[in-house]
Amino acid sequence: MSKKILDIRELKREFQMGSETVRALKGISFDVEAGEFVTIMGSSGSGKTTLLNILGCLDKPSIGDYFLDGVDVKKLSRDELAQLRNRKIGFVFQAYNLLPRTSALENVELPLLYNKDISVAERRDRAIHALEAVKLAERLDHTPSQLSGGQQQRVAIARALVNEPVMILADEATGNLDSRTSYEIMSLMQELNSQQGKTIVFVTHEPDIASFSSRTIQLRDGRIQKDTQNTNQRSAKEVLAGLPITDDY
Amino acid sequence: MNLFNLIRIAYKALQRNKLRAFLTMLGIIIGVASVIAMVAIGQGSKQSIHDQLSSMGSNMITVLPSSNLNGGVRIAGSSFQTLTQKDITALQKAQYITELSPSITSKGQAINGALNWPTSIQGVSPDYLDIRKLSLKDGISFTEQDILTSAKVCLIGQTVIDNLFPGGENPIGKVIRFNKIPFQIIGILNPKGQNAFGQDQDDILIAPYTTIQKRILATIYYQNIYASAASEQVTDAAVSEMTQILRDSHRLRDTEDNDFTVRTQAELINTLSSTSGLLTVLLTVIAGISLVIGGIGIMNIMYVSVTERTREIGLRMSIGARGKDIMLQFLMEAILISITGGIIGVILGIVSSNLVTLTLSWPTIVSQSSVLLSFVVCAITGIFFGYYPAQKAARLDPIEALRYE
Repeated sequence: MSKKILDIRELKREFQMGSETVRALKGISFDVEAGEFVTIMGSSGSGKTTLLNILGCLDKPSIGDYFLDGVDVKKLSRDELAQLRNRKIGFVFQAYNLLPRTSALENVELPLLYNKDISVAERRDRAIHALEAVKLAERLDHTPSQLSGGQQQRVAIARALVNEPVMILADEATGNLDSRTSYEIMSLMQELNSQQGKTIVFVTHEPDIASFSSRTIQLRDGRIQKDTQNTNQRSAKEVLAGLPITDDY
Repeated sequence: MNLFNLIRIAYKALQRNKLRAFLTMLGIIIGVASVIAMVAIGQGSKQSIHDQLSSMGSNMITVLPSSNLNGGVRIAGSSFQTLTQKDITALQKAQYITELSPSITSKGQAINGALNWPTSIQGVSPDYLDIRKLSLKDGISFTEQDILTSAKVCLIGQTVIDNLFPGGENPIGKVIRFNKIPFQIIGILNPKGQNAFGQDQDDILIAPYTTIQKRILATIYYQNIYASAASEQVTDAAVSEMTQILRDSHRLRDTEDNDFTVRTQAELINTLSSTSGLLTVLLTVIAGISLVIGGIGIMNIMYVSVTERTREIGLRMSIGARGKDIMLQFLMEAILISITGGIIGVILGIVSSNLVTLTLSWPTIVSQSSVLLSFVVCAITGIFFGYYPAQKAARLDPIEALRYE
């Protein structure tokens, strides 16, 4: 039996907007086990972003339970949540969010700076390894402005990997990329998932992207509409190979 | 997060915007440099005033016989005779006094051949020259031996020379007469000019006090006792010590007033020092204001920086920075700016103080305390003005910060 990374029970999240109460999540339950590659889909207003914030421990549920790798998130303080994010979650954002005028290596080292158990040498070692894992070992000293969009997103993925999280949480990680680069990123994600057994939760609104995952959770109006195992998982590598080679690439 | 990481993070963040960091620093640099230069100029002028006063003998203590009741009638001090050799002997044991000289003066006519000049002759001990910071232009001073033998030798002031030896011949070795007593001139005093009260300090003859006492005035009393305190700082202690010794020596009961007065130069020094001290305070306040303005500059830029870097803050929080870590980062950035500015300011202040001395030949003294103080003020400025922007950064909600456009 594999280990439950996410365990969500009857999760609700309500916001107070003036006198009105907005119910963004109306009771959601699901588990994610170690080694799964889950996409969370939904149109805007479906509660996707709210769920992402809660999964990423940036926000807490109003009602219901959320266990991340066995830790009850509800009981944690702001600072403890920060520590939990530092140790257990690797974020990948749509806009990369790399620090400008800072080398790839230093960008990747960033999460480890907030972990006082890690020495300078170990920090550097792990950052180099993470960049090797995303095939950017040659570009340690490049700043974001010297990298393409896809490369920047790979630096961001390396940054998400460097603290050895239990889960990579990607938020529209291919949203700013053209389809070829998107497939490259998805190929990298699949590789991390299958070869290194990383648990990945990928939020997207593109069905095309979702087809690369092993499981898709469809949200609608704050509830789970569909939760399906993807029997027909596509390989991004193959798709990439099948793409016509264009002149500008 | 340890301190080294913190400094590293803050330093990297500043490095991304070097020009801005430098411009922010500029306010602090100018503030600190002006504080140090102003204090240096102030201290320099204070010291030079002090040096001038010291040349008159700032440690000098004078004992005068004082007025006292005599059967209900108050008698002027100068006509009173209380200071004797017994007092000198007692005062020689005082620990705060390094030099001691009795003094007795007689007015009279100095005669050299056909020329004569009305002047006064002062009988003192060899210490007197040191106490009054008098020096010899030529010749030698008299010795303890001369005191013992009541030798008929004297030192001569420039005014007396001008009047008795108008031809410019060397007076050393010459014999002049004072009130019919012949005195051999053995030394010439360096001219001192007029004192603060307009008296000509060079219109004087100086001789062993025993000579004046025995050969001219025939008295056992002294008119004054001059002493010099070991240092200016112990002047007050020396005064009270001398007062006690003289009271004992005069066998005064506790209920009796002193029959003498002890005076120092301290009052004059205090007045002049406080004037120049006031100037220093004034200059420092002006410079301090510029330091505060520099601090406000830091606060301004830090606020801009926090707003501009909202997404960065959001990112840092999402990858595990606590509010405290963000706060410390921005605080450290402010402190780095202010301390680096402080160091540059200190250097600039010292350089410009030296430039002032070189070009305007104003005396300047860069005091360690002003360097230390402005440095501490810098660090405090950084913390104080960096605190609010840092707190603003720390309180950001990571979700909103990440979505900030």
